[in-house]
Formats: sequence, structure tokens, C-alpha cells
Amino acid sequence: MSAAAHLSSEAAGAGQRPPSSGAAPVVELIGISKAFPGVVANDDISFDVRRGEVHCLLGENGAGKSTLMGILSGIQRPDAGQIRVDGEAVDIGSPRDALELGIGTVYQHSTLIPALSVLDNLMLGDTHKLRLDNEGARKRLEEIGSTLGVEVDPSARAADLALGRQQQVEIVKALWRGSRLLILDEPTSMLTPQAVEELYKVLSRLKENGLAVIFITHKLHEAAFLGDRISVLRRGQLIGTLDESAVKSATPDQLEQRIVDMMFGDLAPSLAGAAELKADLGEAEQLEAVQAEPAPVSADEALTLERVSVRGEGSEPGLDDVSLTLRMGEVLGVAGVDGNGQRALAEAISGQRKLQRGEVKFLGAPVGHVGVTGRQKLGLRYLTDDRLGEGLVPGLPVSMNIFLKLIGEAPFWRQGRIRKSAIDARSKELVERFDVRTPSIDTRAGTLSGGNIQKVLLARELSFDSKVVVFHKPTYGLDLKTTQTVRQMIRDMRDGKAALVISTDLDELLEVSDRIAVLSRGRIVGEVKPGPGAAEEVGRLMIGDVSLGAAEGAAA
Amino acid sequence: MSAVPAREAMPMVDEPMRPQRSRTATRALDLLMRSLVPVVLALVAGGILLLILGRDPLQFYSDIWHGGVQQGSWQDSAVRMAPLLLIAVGLIFVFRANIWNLGYDGQFLLAAAVLSGWGPSLVTHVPLWLAMTILFLVAAAVGAAWTLVPAGLKAIYETNEIITTLMMSFIGVGVANILVKGPFQDPSVNIPQTKVLPINKMLPTIPSTRIHVGVLVAVAAALVAYYVLTRTAFGLRIQVLGANPRAARHVGVQVRKLIVSSFLVSGALIGAAAAADILGLWGYSRANWNPAYGDTVIPFVFLARLNPLAVIPFIAFYAVLSTGGDLAAQNANLPTDFLLVLVALILLFMTLIEFVGRRRELGQSYLPEGLREVFRKPLIRRRPMGTEETA
Repeated sequence: MSAAAHLSSEAAGAGQRPPSSGAAPVVELIGISKAFPGVVANDDISFDVRRGEVHCLLGENGAGKSTLMGILSGIQRPDAGQIRVDGEAVDIGSPRDALELGIGTVYQHSTLIPALSVLDNLMLGDTHKLRLDNEGARKRLEEIGSTLGVEVDPSARAADLALGRQQQVEIVKALWRGSRLLILDEPTSMLTPQAVEELYKVLSRLKENGLAVIFITHKLHEAAFLGDRISVLRRGQLIGTLDESAVKSATPDQLEQRIVDMMFGDLAPSLAGAAELKADLGEAEQLEAVQAEPAPVSADEALTLERVSVRGEGSEPGLDDVSLTLRMGEVLGVAGVDGNGQRALAEAISGQRKLQRGEVKFLGAPVGHVGVTGRQKLGLRYLTDDRLGEGLVPGLPVSMNIFLKLIGEAPFWRQGRIRKSAIDARSKELVERFDVRTPSIDTRAGTLSGGNIQKVLLARELSFDSKVVVFHKPTYGLDLKTTQTVRQMIRDMRDGKAALVISTDLDELLEVSDRIAVLSRGRIVGEVKPGPGAAEEVGRLMIGDVSLGAAEGAAA
Repeated sequence: MSAVPAREAMPMVDEPMRPQRSRTATRALDLLMRSLVPVVLALVAGGILLLILGRDPLQFYSDIWHGGVQQGSWQDSAVRMAPLLLIAVGLIFVFRANIWNLGYDGQFLLAAAVLSGWGPSLVTHVPLWLAMTILFLVAAAVGAAWTLVPAGLKAIYETNEIITTLMMSFIGVGVANILVKGPFQDPSVNIPQTKVLPINKMLPTIPSTRIHVGVLVAVAAALVAYYVLTRTAFGLRIQVLGANPRAARHVGVQVRKLIVSSFLVSGALIGAAAAADILGLWGYSRANWNPAYGDTVIPFVFLARLNPLAVIPFIAFYAVLSTGGDLAAQNANLPTDFLLVLVALILLFMTLIEFVGRRRELGQSYLPEGLREVFRKPLIRRRPMGTEETA
């Protein structure tokens, strides 16, 4: 079999091959180590992936998953160790090398060029050809599409495709270039439940066709459901791999328990909160238990949106006649597929976007005309989803980032002059309270890990007389432990405060919310109470089957 | 490798991060090296160029030293610093906000034309100190006013200010010429220029030197700017806007107001530079006169990393180079444009060092945070949320 075999020929040869356990590894990593200043990202990791299998790679953030994948896809070079493709030692010096060796990567975020058609995007890689063969390309797309069981309109603009569809195109793109190993980096994080289902189907087709897949994820149930083998990384080391027999013989629950044990198990005595974490994980599986105790919701309106409309930005829709009420002591979830007006909603509340129509009321008083700073001072806060792009000034120290929303305020500034001692003292206190792991408060915030950056932002939004907080994708991309910490903080808001949680992670919303409103194309299309069947109900509302929930929309 | 350190034992960040230079001494040395290396390289390369042209580089450089520093000529250098330093500080103010005011020529010349047209009659009517103060303020006001259109367009419509300031600069230069050739022209001479200020009606000098008050104003402006930019809420807002405009909007900085106010400060300082130059040195404006101070100043502004204090020695260096360079070029039978070659070489080596530094992830950059990203990866679309697992 030629190393650069295209899928079509490969499929013909391997179409009926069952996922065989004894297959030789397509790619092997042997003793890979990679250190960055101050941290060993990968420590002597050996790992392989075989034809026709999905190998799940689990680990907290900072466990070294991204570094390992970076090494495989040619973005980084290992300090030590060897990579073998089909048993031969290779040197992957660049992403191009990786592609030529048949290693394709599908990143978390789309790398398609929005303005180009699907076909153009696919043909971008064929730069060695002088003339573009449109007809041939169309045929090839059809071929790959039918192998995967997906249908893609070749002339559709990439920007017009739903995220799930874009991801399918990304997978097609990887196969287009003859990939035999596909690396999927947290592929389900942006998808609707329905799109996730489709992805699972595509993956099984890939397996049937003899491809090797590395599936990176945070979600235990995904790993348990999908993985032929499951490997767990922790602090740069490979803790272990559950092989096929181990995966097959266990029930999903047992499997998840084993993975949790591997991720946190022997750390239990030293890892503060591991016990609660495990308890939380158990809790998450039994939603009814979480919701059993109804939260004491007061009658006081914390935040009210009255028929609010705002303009969209770029391809993102705005809000169209949205009404919502959040009461004190309540956590209101807002579900929806990404890009259905979530940002517009958050920004309309925070004051970053002008209202076209309607009114926003905070604690009963209209604040539509009040600016961002004014609303912050009142205690209305917004934890942004775009932590690096909007939440943080990466070049400024941690302490300054905590105080970004208070620039010029007494007692930290006096007559415009900064009082560094006051800021430092308060920052130290907050860094400790929110458990931000940083060498010092003077460290540039951009050098912290994602979880710690989020804690810096939480320290900013939850302190200084915060009353009502809009959490926008609060745990997106965070490791399990930080995720649990953040969700606990959200639940704690019930104690005299209120929270609006905008998230694309339905499990999260079911876990923390008292009610879930569903946002679709800039409108609230319905409201669901967490409980049995809620996920399906929300999923149906999300994709626009509004027949059941539309009537409740305005009443929310 | 089985011993897994407990979490508490490793309170550090766990994501790979760039080298962090904690020790201020290393950092300071690094800064100094990166600032001086391009200058030294430019002087060496300029020397080689002189050799190729058949001149003696050592003689050339010693002539510069002789003409720019020795025998009281350092005073001329100091006088030459005044407008350069004021423009540099004016540029630093906006550059820190990631706003590119490149209309300095128009702002400068228009301010110069107005004050040299009005100055000669004003000084005869009011006491000298008052006249000088008024003229400084008028120049600052004219310079600031000429930034209003680009500032407003950027604040309201997000128009690219590089283009609008350059356009306004052309218009400003043209209007300045019309003023000098028209209403402000001295009718008693044939060449188009304004009336000349009487020598005793110019900016007073420090006793027994030729250094006028404008030089002190410039240095004071640099000190005040440093304080404002590093110690006040206004300075921090400018820094936030420059580093991350979306964060500025998110945290409640009034971005529009800040764009306009930093533009106004910049234009005012550039106008003041014209006042220092005309009232302290020239005493009049000629038509088609354009010293293009801003162009020469820009490399030094970046060499100083937009630090108003650090820019002072660089401006002093250039002032010496240009003051002494007149003599040196004359002796070596070269056009004075050769000095611009040296400035260009500095810029070239800065760019090279910046490029290599970026590639190798070496320490400091010349560029402010907002611009650095552009330099690093000009083609790759920025990911909206690439916070985590995308490395």
C-alpha cells in the first residue's frame, strides 16, 4: 500500500475490513519529551494509533495534549524521542511534512476561508497544480462524501455552513490530502447534540475505511462511548492506556469511573478537592438529584429584558424582540447553537451594544441608557467568552487585569493617579481567594494557562459588589477541575445574587440552571425546566423546531 | 518518572509559556542592547559605505563629534533637539494607543505658518512672556485642530487614520504655503516668507548659552508625558486601548473619547514643536519649507519603545549627528542627505532585529503590543477564542 494512497483507493481495498485489534500501528510515538521553560509539557510519552481505531486522548488542560498533537502535526519538534510512521522513523519538521506523511488535523476552530466555496477551500491544498481541475475535484468530493456518508454542496460558501457542516468539510479536507491518521481536537465542543450524532456516524465510517483517528476530548462520556482505546495524560505524562479488551468489557459507568481514577486517582490525598470533584462528577450524571432541591427564588427581578432588539455584527445575528426575566437567587441558562445571538444578548445586557428597541432593567430600574462602566458600578457584570481577545490585556500584569474595569476609581486611583499599593494588596487577596495559580501578581496575564486566565476574570467579575453576572461560556475549554470550580461559583450565585449563564454546553446548563431559555436566530424560542427529557427538548428547540416552545417565548 | 509532583508543589502555570525574564537587571540589559545594537550597526555599515565612497569614516565620525558636541556646539545640538523631542513625545502619545498619526508635517507646518504670521505683530503689542505663551498655545491649538478630522473619522466610522492623517497632512502643507505666500507674506521682501521676529523678541535663552526656553519645554513635556502614561488612569486607558481595543470596549473605556483626546494631545505637542522651532531658532517661515522632523524621529520613537524618557538620549544622539553632520558632510564633500542614510540604516537594522527576535522568541520588541501581532503573523486570521488547546 503506497504511503500517499488517496482515500478512494484505500477505501476500495479496505472497505470491509473490521476494526482489527492486531493491526500494526499507523503512527507510533516512542519516548517523546518536550520541555518549555518552566514546564515539562511531555515527559517520555509512548503512544500509538492503529488502522481502523479511534484512540481517545483525555487529560486536563496543561496535561500536554496540545503539545503532543503539535508534535504530531509538525508545529512543534520534540526534544527527545522518536516518531514512526508505518514502522519507519520520520522527522516531522513542518505541518507540510505531517500532511505528506498522511497525518491530518482538524482543529477546534474552523480553518476554512469563509469567503471561499467548499470546493475552493478543498483545492487550496493542491498548490502544486498549475491549473485547477474543477470537474475532477467535484467528483472527488462526491466520492469522499459518499464514503463518509455526508453530503456537502461544493459551491456553498464556507461562511454559510453550520459549524457541524464546516467540521465535516474540514474532515473531507484532511482526507483530500490523503490522510491516514486524523487528529480531532475537541471536535464536539461547538456542536449541537444532533451534529455530534452526525460526527459519531462519520467517525464510524472512517473506522470502517481503515483510518486511524486520535480523538482529543475533555468529556468522559464521549471517550467512553467512542474510544476503542483510551489514553489519559496528566501533567505531561501518559498515565495509562485502556486497551480494547478493557474498554469493551466495562460498562460505560465503570469505564468513566476508571478514567476518573486515572485522571485524579492516586493524586487524591494531595489534590485538594478531588473528592468533591468525583462527587460532582457523579452528581452530574444524576441531574434530578441536583435539581431535587428547588432553589429559593425571590420575587425581586434582578434583570429584565423587555422586547429587546439589537443589531447583529458580521455574520452573527442580533436580537429580535427578546424578553427575559431573571430573579434574584436564580440561575437562568440560555442554550443555543453558537452564533445564534449569544454575543448580542450578552453585550446588550453589559451595555457594549446599543439597544435598537426595548429596555433592559436592572433591579427594577431601566439601564438602557447607562454605559458599560455605569452598569458595572451598579453591580451588573459580564464574564466574556472571548477571554484572550476581549477579557484580558495579555501584556499587563495579573493585578492590572483584575482592576481593568475599575480604572480611575477610588480608592485604587486618586485624582487620576494610580495607587499601586492598594491595587497590589487587593490583588493578592483576590488571587488567593480565587486560587489563581500565578508566580506573582506582577506576572503578565497572557502567560497563564487558560484555567487561570478564567480565574483572573472571575476574580474581576465576582468581586467589587457584584450582584448579577452574565456568564458567557464560562467553562469553555477549561479542564475538569476548574470547570467544576466555576460551576460551583455559578451555583453559589443563588445565595443572594443572580446569574445568567449563556452556554453551548447543554450538560452544563442542565447542571447549573433553574430554567433554560433557548435562543435561536436571535429570538428566545422557548423555555425548558431541567429534568428528564429536557436535553432532547432543548435540542429540538435549538435547531428550530419551534412548534412546541414558540408560544412560551414571550412569556419567559 | 513515576513520581508525580503534588499540585501544591507546582504552583506554576502548566501550559507551555514563553520565557519570562523575572530579573529586572537582565531585562534592562536586554532592553539596552536591543536599543543600541541597531545604532551601532548603522554606524558600522555607514562607515563601510564611506570607505566604499573613498572617504575616511573615522574622520567623518570625528568631524560629527567635533561639530556636534565640542566647543559649545552641543548647545546647537540641544536647540535642534527641541522640536524633535516635542514631536517624538506627541507621536508616543498616540502610538501607545495604537493610533498612527502620520500627519505630523501638516500639523507642524500649519502651526508654524500661523504663529510666524501672527507672531511679529503680537510681540510688538504685548509683553514678551505673554506673547510667547499665547503663541505656544495658538500653535498647540492649530496642531490639535488639524487632527480633528482624522480623529473624528476614526472615532465615529473607524476610518483608517494612517490614510486620513496623511491626506490631511498634504492639505496642511498646502494651506501653510498659501498662508505664507498670501496673507502672511512679508511685503518688504521679494521671496515668499513671513516677517522675521526681531532677535530680541524671540524665546529667551538660558543665560550665557544659546539654549532657549523651548528646549526646557520639550524636556518638561517628556517628563510629564512619562508620568501621565505610566502613573495615571488616562495613561493606563491609552495602554489598554493600544494593546487590545476590544478589551478597552469591554471594560468600559470610552474608546471614542479616548481616540479623540489622544489625537488632540498628539497634535498639540506637534504644534508646540513648531512654536519651539520658530520662536526659538528660525524666527520666520518660508514657503516650501519642510524640515520633515517627524520622519527622522519615528525610528527613535520605536528604538525607545514608546517611552518618553528613553527617547531623550536617542533624540540627543540624532541632534548631535545632524548638527555635526553638516560640517562632516561638507568636509567629506558629501551631501547632507548622507545623514538620512544613517537614519535609514538604523531603521533597517531595527527591522532585521525585530524579525529575527520574533522568529527566535527573543526578549523585547520595539513594537507596542497591538502592532506586534501584525508583525508576527500577517496572514493568519485571528481565532476568536484560541485560548486553550490550539497551540
